[in-house]
Amino acid sequence: MNAAAEAQSLRDLYRELVLDHARNPRNFGKLDGPSHTAKGINPLCGDSLVLYLDVGTDDRVRGASFEGTGCVISIASASLLTETIVGMRTADAARYFDVLRSRLSADPLTDPVIDLGKLQALEGVREYPSRVKCATLAWHALDAALRGNDTPATTE
Amino acid sequence: MNRASAPVPLANPVAERRADFPALHQEVNGLPLAYLDNAASAQQPLAVIEAVSEYQRNDHANVHRGVHTLSQRATEAYEGARDKLRDFVGAESRTEIVLTSGTTESINLVAQSFVRPRVGAGDKILITHLEHHANIVPWQIVCEQTGAELAVVPIDERGQLDLERLYAMLTEDVRMLALGHVSNALGTINPVADIITVAHDRNIPVLLDGAQATPHMQVNVRELDCDFFAFSGHKMFGPTGTGVLYGREALLDTMPPYQGGGDMILEVRFDKTTYNELPYKFEAGTPNISGVVGLGAAVDYLGEVGMENIAAYEHELLEYLTGRLSEIDGIRLYGTAEQKASVQSFLLDEIHPHDLGTIVDHKGVAVRSGHHCAMPVMQHFCIPGTVRASLAFYNNHADVDRLIDALLTARALFA
Repeated sequence: MNAAAEAQSLRDLYRELVLDHARNPRNFGKLDGPSHTAKGINPLCGDSLVLYLDVGTDDRVRGASFEGTGCVISIASASLLTETIVGMRTADAARYFDVLRSRLSADPLTDPVIDLGKLQALEGVREYPSRVKCATLAWHALDAALRGNDTPATTE
Repeated sequence: MNRASAPVPLANPVAERRADFPALHQEVNGLPLAYLDNAASAQQPLAVIEAVSEYQRNDHANVHRGVHTLSQRATEAYEGARDKLRDFVGAESRTEIVLTSGTTESINLVAQSFVRPRVGAGDKILITHLEHHANIVPWQIVCEQTGAELAVVPIDERGQLDLERLYAMLTEDVRMLALGHVSNALGTINPVADIITVAHDRNIPVLLDGAQATPHMQVNVRELDCDFFAFSGHKMFGPTGTGVLYGREALLDTMPPYQGGGDMILEVRFDKTTYNELPYKFEAGTPNISGVVGLGAAVDYLGEVGMENIAAYEHELLEYLTGRLSEIDGIRLYGTAEQKASVQSFLLDEIHPHDLGTIVDHKGVAVRSGHHCAMPVMQHFCIPGTVRASLAFYNNHADVDRLIDALLTARALFA
């Protein structure tokens, strides 16, 4: 890869939308009276975050927030997650995780039903296998929260 | 191989050794590799790679078993490496050199075979806040098994042991002091000889975790007077999955086997098994023969370069690294002890270590980012992790300059 392509690849990882969500994370903080709480840990770097969900009796996500420390990719991903899943049915939110994970893998499936929207900004990590865990940390926590799992979710 | 008698070449013989390491001569992301992650694992010189390869091609068989020629060759190569390792650390006898899979296994062996039978409720095991996980968790397990208590010596803001506290904590209920010779995350060289003298005055045995010492400095276990010394092959330019536990013979003699199996026995009967003599009592099963042969070659190689030469060269290189890092606005150095090995941890602005790691990798520079398997050290500084540049004798000023340029790129990207 030449220097120009290299610079482009870095810009592709750290897209403006990603940098913006990392600098100004949305829905950062503890949710009042969450129905679901789950912790996510990335043992590789020790980063951890807590995800709070408010799921109504109609099984729709009414609110989502998170707290924690992490790299640009993990904070941006968590921030985007909280924006994305509000209003969704929990089953659809879980489905989003499956699609996102697939899209970030080296051999992505295309799912015609689900449009990842802003989450497409995370697709730059596909070139960085070691960073996929950063991009999915919050989503592992979401998965654990929806399953009612008490032990911290890990990216392993 | 007989390069020991060859004339020492030219002006800077240490740095020129870079040519001996094939892995260093490659491009990463379109740029020449600058490998600054040596504290995680060091690269191997051609001499090691070839020794392993030669062994695999010509001499492989199981050790200590057959009367056939290959088995004898394999045994000679394996036991020859043990002799080299004994010389390397200055042990009195080859029976004191137990070959293990690495520092982690060496420490677990001492924890389970030496300390566990000797401790109970009311006893203490003393470690320090500088330790990496391999010198923390084995002791926590022993404490859970026995009811003993784990006590931790604090460190100061420069990453140095609080010696006054350490000496005050060496009380009569302490059954073992286990500490790193050199900190992996911060590079601090601990004054271990002095510490051991005080501990021994109080009849407390001492284990040194030497994983980060053997790549950088001459170690002599008899001069240090330590009771146990654990180290790994892959940190000192040898293969992974190899390591050593040095133990004082009088202590090893009293210890039960750590694992059961072949090679560690003299006679097996269903009513009674007799264990083998030292050091084989602690080497159950077929060992990592080719790896140990490679480690022996690494010891030869380090002998040719000279540990004093390495220490002097790295000292200068570390000063250059620290000086250049300090020129960058927004840099924060972690680990600024007076006595240091060639390791420097740092953070830049509010940039997460993983993001820094990715960006410098783009520039062909390999560093470690994260907690360096020493989470309590990070907790001491209230940070999730650092970026760590760790130098070996094959690094040079150009490698350091490449790191600095890459960090400036990161700053520009996140500005």
